[in-house]
Amino acid sequence: MSQPIAPVTRPTSTPAATAPAPRWVEVLLLCAVAAVIFGVMRVAAEWRAPLSPGAHIELSPARLPYYAALSTLRMVLAYIVSLAFSLAYARTAAASRAAERVMLPLLDILQSIPILSFMPGVVLGLVALFPGRTLGLELAAVILIFTSQAWNLAFSFHQSLITIPGELTEAARVYHLGFWRTFTRLELPFGVISLVANSMMSWAGGWFFLMASEQFTLGNGNLRLPGLGSYLAAAADAGDTRALVLGLLTLVVVIVLIDPLLWRPLVAWSDRFKFETSGTEQPSSKVLDVLRGSVLVDALKSRVLRPLARRIDRAFSSSIASERAEEAAAGSPARRRVWTSVGTALVALAILAVVWAGVLSVHTLATLSSGDWEHIAVSAGATLARTTIALIIAAAWTIPAGVAIGTNPQWSRRLQPLVQVTASIPATAVFPVLLLALLAVPGGLNVAAVALMLLGTQWYVLFNVIAGAMAIPSDLKEAATNYHVVGWRRWKTLILPAIFPYLVTGMITATGGAWNASIVAEYVNFAGHTTSTVGLGALIAGAAERSQFPLLLAGTLVMAGIVIIINRLLWRRLYGYAETRFRLG
Amino acid sequence: MATTTRALTSRQPGTVLLAAEGVRKFFGDDRSPVLERIDLELREGEFVALLGPSGSGKSTLLRILAGLLDPSDGRVLVHGSPLHGPNRQVAIVFQGFALFPWLTVYQNVELGLLATNVPDAERRERALRAIDLIGLDGFEEAFPKELSGGMKQRVGFARALVVQPEVLFMDEPFSALDVLTAETLRSELRDLWSDSAMPTKSVLMVTHNIDEAVSMADRILVFGANPGRIRVELKGLRPAERRDKSAARTRLVDAIYQVITNPDEDAEQLVEHYTARPPTRRRRAEPPRPRRYQTLPDVSIDDLTGFVQYLSGIGNSGTLSDLARDLQMKGEVLFRIAEATDLLGFADIQERSVFLTPLGQRFASLELDPQKALFRHSVLDHISLMREIVHRLEESPSHSLESEVVLEELETSFTSAEARRQFETLVDWGRYAELFSYDDVDGELRLDEEHYNV
Repeated sequence: MSQPIAPVTRPTSTPAATAPAPRWVEVLLLCAVAAVIFGVMRVAAEWRAPLSPGAHIELSPARLPYYAALSTLRMVLAYIVSLAFSLAYARTAAASRAAERVMLPLLDILQSIPILSFMPGVVLGLVALFPGRTLGLELAAVILIFTSQAWNLAFSFHQSLITIPGELTEAARVYHLGFWRTFTRLELPFGVISLVANSMMSWAGGWFFLMASEQFTLGNGNLRLPGLGSYLAAAADAGDTRALVLGLLTLVVVIVLIDPLLWRPLVAWSDRFKFETSGTEQPSSKVLDVLRGSVLVDALKSRVLRPLARRIDRAFSSSIASERAEEAAAGSPARRRVWTSVGTALVALAILAVVWAGVLSVHTLATLSSGDWEHIAVSAGATLARTTIALIIAAAWTIPAGVAIGTNPQWSRRLQPLVQVTASIPATAVFPVLLLALLAVPGGLNVAAVALMLLGTQWYVLFNVIAGAMAIPSDLKEAATNYHVVGWRRWKTLILPAIFPYLVTGMITATGGAWNASIVAEYVNFAGHTTSTVGLGALIAGAAERSQFPLLLAGTLVMAGIVIIINRLLWRRLYGYAETRFRLG
Repeated sequence: MATTTRALTSRQPGTVLLAAEGVRKFFGDDRSPVLERIDLELREGEFVALLGPSGSGKSTLLRILAGLLDPSDGRVLVHGSPLHGPNRQVAIVFQGFALFPWLTVYQNVELGLLATNVPDAERRERALRAIDLIGLDGFEEAFPKELSGGMKQRVGFARALVVQPEVLFMDEPFSALDVLTAETLRSELRDLWSDSAMPTKSVLMVTHNIDEAVSMADRILVFGANPGRIRVELKGLRPAERRDKSAARTRLVDAIYQVITNPDEDAEQLVEHYTARPPTRRRRAEPPRPRRYQTLPDVSIDDLTGFVQYLSGIGNSGTLSDLARDLQMKGEVLFRIAEATDLLGFADIQERSVFLTPLGQRFASLELDPQKALFRHSVLDHISLMREIVHRLEESPSHSLESEVVLEELETSFTSAEARRQFETLVDWGRYAELFSYDDVDGELRLDEEHYNV
């Protein structure tokens, strides 16, 4: 699991004094509410609209806010689904040993699977499910973003749940809080801080997949979801540099604006759930201060939200009386027998379904010729070579750069924001630009593919190296200097061992990311025709487009298998080694 | 202090509120129980203290009685009927306070009432009354992080009392507080209890502080470790005698001290000898479980050598309480260190004092290398497991031994957590004695070739 990057904290700006917000802020808030309502209605109409293959993306800059709104809305929807799923999944997994034993490894596997390899399959399936409507495409996009966001949220919440101090859990039981109150008063508050930190990561990952799914073209038609991703693709297709630049700029503005408007207030708000009893630095947010001072928000809170929360609380909470009745019923042998048999039946059904799917897959795979398998092996080798090159380049520049930034507070202060903004641009959004520049060059797609992998993954490595370098205790640095441990020796005895665990963490995430990227990078529809190179990603994307289901299945399985094997055999072992040998403190 | 109605009732205990019958507890599939056959009755009007060293299972017993843990064997009876799930007659005050940091003082106190279906107005009224009773007036809207340790534990008490539990459980309620704060809270609690200001009918307190138990309880159960069991049951002092420095109090404290510091001797004989009065009730004489190895106290080499040096510097002896004060250590920790020096033959613990033996005095006077050599001899002389390990290392063709083997061996005598602790102490001492080296990464002990033929 990748390590969440700690939100940057700033010194507090007297959060106690919430000055009343000026009038214009209230007006602005009202406008914002109206805009959201209008946007949702607009999109609902869009979704029910018939699927028109000819629908093309207008490159006029005036359309950009509209496309940006559509993309953002998709992100929000997918995030809500991811959050709800993660909370439920983690809560269920933490509820019993048996569930944990099945659900955690499953989550681990899901996390290792390169999501994009499913994209062609998922899109085809969903479009078939809602014939003639864009709803299928929309759902496919939401599902793709979901698969990039849900797993680390679920992991983080589960981690929170199992680290709640024993005495607090006992207090909840002794005072009979019941399921709902324990969840809302103890478990959710305890997990909020890490949920927010992981949400920021998930959100960043989500943009990558949103862009990819908006750029996805179905069959040979121009079936595209209207949004920033398709705008960029269309602009590159048309060779319209101005539109391309404007589109990228809009994307950056949207991504950068979400930070002060959403995440920073959330981080500042969630600070009250910090468990340590005393803190030195509190994160602050201007936006949150304004919201807290607003009469409108205040009225909303006391008139609508609080009573609503109280209602919900009543409805879901159990009292001692009901608890007692339930216990009596649950304790009765007849009731218990019913539950046991229901449980057994469900497990049996699940096993049956898995076996059935397995048999079907084997059947499907059996139709492949030995030539097909050879093709798969060669493609896998080519993609393995590309991802390895991308990772080596990533490590080669991020280690020195990350250490330089991380060990020098001044550089760190100056460069961190720049690096964060650059890193926030999803690689898939830049890809059309790369294609425009490189496709004319011989072997250009090869270079573009490696570049996309690099763009998509180097930031994970860089951020982790910076975090590792910042964590080197200053007394160790001073000791090294004092004993004249300099040059290569300094790297060997101090820096590399200290950043090693962080480097491995970054590389785990990067490996998955690079394989993922191969699917959009090795096979592209550009300017009306298809270009591809040898690779597993190209094989998967091509098989999907030509509806060669056996090949698609085989390619996807092989890719998932390779990523899992690399993680298990290489990175996990290195990580275990790093944990025991190099963990500081 | 007011003479009390409670103290009177405590002499004629009322009905049994809560009872444990033959309760045993194993964790995991450990062969050594954490609790061994506990029988206990808690009666109306009683303040009972469970006293004992860490690892004697007293907190586990508290959790079993509260219905938070199920006993592996035996049962808990509430008013005569078996308990399933959390005990509704009980509220707990926790050692670490267990306050919800995101809720205000008022919300924390109100928490206990949420599940009781008490109407909103009454809930508010009761919560405020509890806050007032416990001296938290004015802090209703404060968050726990704004409060000192003592104020936090007051919130813990208010939260427990507001639900009007029949029995109040306290799990080392004062041990996370500084000495003065603890004393203030103790005396306030004593007053609340003796003035019947709280509706609670009985109190059960877990503690490892002898003075605390003696100054508060009507009945004291002294626990022993490995396995956790009740070694002796003592009647508490009369309220008038609980005040500082009464002769009866000193005698009782001494007697309990003797019981705790002599884990392998007959507790009842010790009590009779020191208080000149028999314990309240004779327990079944329990034959101590045969144990293959002595228990190594969890003491680091630094503490051990430092302690011997210090003793030699102050004239080769000192009382445990003076030493604890001068070295600014908890009595429990200091006692462990003294026990370790005793085990190695460097010191003798008699009554409540430690004396350096001639061997210990020599140890203190030596330079590092001869000191290590002396330590090596002592460890091999006195620690049977160390002898056995060195023997096995010598036997082994590669002169090495998997840590797993040693741990498994230890687990035949200890719980797995205790076995791990024993192993860590063993490695620490063995490394210092230069008997063997230990590689944590591949978990292997290797004989130190230079000294293996000592």
